[in-house]
Amino acid sequence: MSFVPGQPVTAVVERVEIQKLRQGENLILGFSIGGGIDQDPGQNPFSEDKSDKGIYVTRISPKGPADLAGLKIGDKIMQVNGWDMTMVTHDQARKKLTKKKEDVVRLLVTRKSLEEAVKHSKGCYPKP
Amino acid sequence: MDNESQYSGYSYKSSHSRSSRKHRDRRDRHRSKSRDSSSRGDKSVTIQTPGEPLLDAESTRGDDRDDNWGETTTVVTGTSEHSISNEDLTRVTKDLEESTPLECKRFVGPALGGCLSFFALVTPLAFLILPQVLWRDALEPCGTPCEGLYVSLAFKLLVLLISSWALFLRPPRATLPRFFVFRCLLMVLVFLFVASYWLERDYRGIVEYAASLVDALLFIQYLALVLLEVRHLQPAFCLKVVRSTDGASKFYNVGHLSIQRAAVWVLDRYYSDFPVYNPALLNLPKSILSKKMTGFKVYSLDGKYSFVLALTSNVQSNNSSFGLTENTTNNSTGQSRAMIAAAARRRDNSHNEYYYEEAEMDRRIRKRKARLVVAVEEAFTHIKRLQEEEAASSPKHPREVMDPREAAQAIFAPMARAMQKYLRTTRQQAFHSMESILTHLQFCITHNMTPKAFLERYLTAGPTMQYQQQNGRGRQWTLVSEEPVTSALRQGLVFSLRRLDFSLVVTVTPLPFLRLGEEFIDPKSHKFVMRLQSETSV
Repeated sequence: MSFVPGQPVTAVVERVEIQKLRQGENLILGFSIGGGIDQDPGQNPFSEDKSDKGIYVTRISPKGPADLAGLKIGDKIMQVNGWDMTMVTHDQARKKLTKKKEDVVRLLVTRKSLEEAVKHSKGCYPKP
Repeated sequence: MDNESQYSGYSYKSSHSRSSRKHRDRRDRHRSKSRDSSSRGDKSVTIQTPGEPLLDAESTRGDDRDDNWGETTTVVTGTSEHSISNEDLTRVTKDLEESTPLECKRFVGPALGGCLSFFALVTPLAFLILPQVLWRDALEPCGTPCEGLYVSLAFKLLVLLISSWALFLRPPRATLPRFFVFRCLLMVLVFLFVASYWLERDYRGIVEYAASLVDALLFIQYLALVLLEVRHLQPAFCLKVVRSTDGASKFYNVGHLSIQRAAVWVLDRYYSDFPVYNPALLNLPKSILSKKMTGFKVYSLDGKYSFVLALTSNVQSNNSSFGLTENTTNNSTGQSRAMIAAAARRRDNSHNEYYYEEAEMDRRIRKRKARLVVAVEEAFTHIKRLQEEEAASSPKHPREVMDPREAAQAIFAPMARAMQKYLRTTRQQAFHSMESILTHLQFCITHNMTPKAFLERYLTAGPTMQYQQQNGRGRQWTLVSEEPVTSALRQGLVFSLRRLDFSLVVTVTPLPFLRLGEEFIDPKSHKFVMRLQSETSV
């Protein structure tokens, strides 16, 4: 999932739709994010390539909205409601996720196991 | 400050005749407490013109006063220049009262010590000389060892003499109420030593004894040095000194002293550290303080309860409050408790008035100060120092050459009014007479000081030393203490030094014991990284 500058980034993504939960005054999603282009990528425990400055899911609250929607820890978020998340700062990512006027966020996330699954399934079917 | 006598005179004022009022005021001034500053030359406050009412309570505000010593120098009391006015009389008598008679007691201690030390110094010499004179025949000859002893004796006596002079022959600056324990001990020791040596006959032995006597005296002197001087130097206690009238406080570190020596030490520091005591600054304006309960109505309900309705009136506001108590004991205590309850519930606006009064006073002082500074700066531009070359090279413009006194008088007039108004607003006019201001101005001109340096003396309240006049009679202080004054300082001790109208309360606390640890930091160990991984929960 690293990128080569100038080349398009390709990834196998899963679409996850999370309904925000109202807790008092706030709408929460139930997970934590880490990473961003202003952060230190070497400290990211979930990324394969330690120069990957994308946004990763670092923690999921059990039984929270994200957990129920199928988000897994260690997922890299590629898009939020159509907004790109591969080249944003940490704060921009937070803002895109916590807009007060939106009740639902549609994420495109990718993880290693998705790639494996696609490769596996590709390998199973012989090419016609 | 004369304000006090004004207030007390105020209450006597009624339809009495003028002369008896003068006598009464003079009596009041005798009775009124003396202060540290004995310069009373201020002529503008104590005006008692016949027929004019005594100054009212707000007289210290200078706005509507008759500023007269800026323009003229006479006192408006109806007396001529050649007669002593009322104020001069009181001033003279007050000076006499203030200074205590020259006490002979002051010199007894040093005289006794002086006699004893003379006796001690002369004794070894007497040991050497007297046997030669009296018993020449009965003595055995004493050879070279004696001469060695003579030489060492001579040197030791010289050292003893010089160090005695350096350590002990100082004029005492204070008389203390009790004897010094350590000094008495040392003097007794010296006396015993010296007396016990007058008992031998063998000449060589006598010389050796003389030498050993001098040794003993030297060691006693060492002991005295340690006990009387060195022990006091290493700080062990912290003294907090608070002035009882206005709360000015300072902290000092002292060593192991007795209470009386600590008192002298504190007083030394008091005269140069504490701002001068100004009785005029103590009073809150009367408009705030006069919270009189003008009316009480006490109602008794069924004989068991007391109900008090209190009306208080102030200049600004009228309040009423009430209190209710139960008469369990007897009537009067029940009523007084009800009164206290009423007083507690009274809605108190005096803090408001105090705040605005303070702000107003600050503003006024700042305004006066600005005027004063401008006036002084302008006045100083009128003169300049005459250089030697100018005097010689300009014969066609003969300027009037003045000495400092005349120069001071020449430039004093334009600033006098501003100065007087400022002093009156800051209530300092008792400390600075016109004469003293002129002298100070002359001093500043002579030493090429700027206007700001000239004004330094008036803009801030200086230490008491600045206002002292040197009369050798000394200041009378009273040491008030619950412990005997020769006991040593220890934690929690409190004593106070009382003067006639204020006192200094001194509290003793020991200095904390310090545990100093050590930590070594390698200069190469200072390294830093950027902290850039944050986790945000959404």
